[in-house]
Amino acid sequence: MNFVLELIVSIFLLIGGGFILVGSIGLMRLPDFMMRLHAPTKATTLGMGGLLIASMILFTLREPGHISVHELLITIFLFITAPVSAHMMAKTALHQKLKMISRTRGQELLDPASQQLAPPQTTEKVESPKA
Amino acid sequence: MLAKPRFRWLPMPYHSMLLFVTWLLLNNTVAPGHLVLGAFLALGIPMLTSGLSQPQPALHKPIKTARYALMVLGDIVTANLEVARQVLGPLDQLHPALIAMPLDIEGDLPITLLASTVSLTPGTVSSEVSQCRKFLYIHALTMTDEAELIATIKERYEKPLMEIFSC
Repeated sequence: MNFVLELIVSIFLLIGGGFILVGSIGLMRLPDFMMRLHAPTKATTLGMGGLLIASMILFTLREPGHISVHELLITIFLFITAPVSAHMMAKTALHQKLKMISRTRGQELLDPASQQLAPPQTTEKVESPKA
Repeated sequence: MLAKPRFRWLPMPYHSMLLFVTWLLLNNTVAPGHLVLGAFLALGIPMLTSGLSQPQPALHKPIKTARYALMVLGDIVTANLEVARQVLGPLDQLHPALIAMPLDIEGDLPITLLASTVSLTPGTVSSEVSQCRKFLYIHALTMTDEAELIATIKERYEKPLMEIFSC
């Protein structure tokens, strides 16, 4: 029983650690700020999930009759804070007009986005038939 | 506006329930002492703070909400696998893009939920909302077709959210 328990917990720990490692590798490898933002916001959510599941299993099954569920709170806080902090960082990057790598499409949107304006698509569509 | 609003014992029932459950989870126990203390906090805090709350659109469809939450959870797992694959694979095959998605959904809370969902799910991070609340700027890690991406987000996330808030 103890060996099986430890095996399951170790597997979850490895999965969690693996995803967090991938998130960090992405942070290092990807070329510009906006792309770097993707790796930690996504890979880390599942990584933390793995670690928290491991913790819940270990502390619930180690002592009979003792249930450990407060890890669920961490999960909920993580799901609330991860997108908000990613949004705030992306917003700041737009307002600072950080350079994106040259093959990024839609770079003309950087200007209206940084001023919280609507995109100039509607005017473009009016102009294009004239030309 | 009333000078002195009518006193109510349970001004925010859902918040009270949430506070009670959070208190028990934080202490990781169902001991009678904590049940009493949690109930006291769950009653007291909403009474003190209900005057500050802004009216928000109500959730009309609990079953649809639960299904939406489960679908988003599933999508988070696929998003993780997909992003992990893209991050470890060759980087010159990634085609990042900044797009503006027109919003049909209205209200601050529904837009916040949509933006958070977009950030948590495959390959997209919401980065800005236009001041008129009509456009959401999204950065995609890799995008093949702009119209297709917008259609997917609208169909998969915006439509159920609009049904949930019935707006």
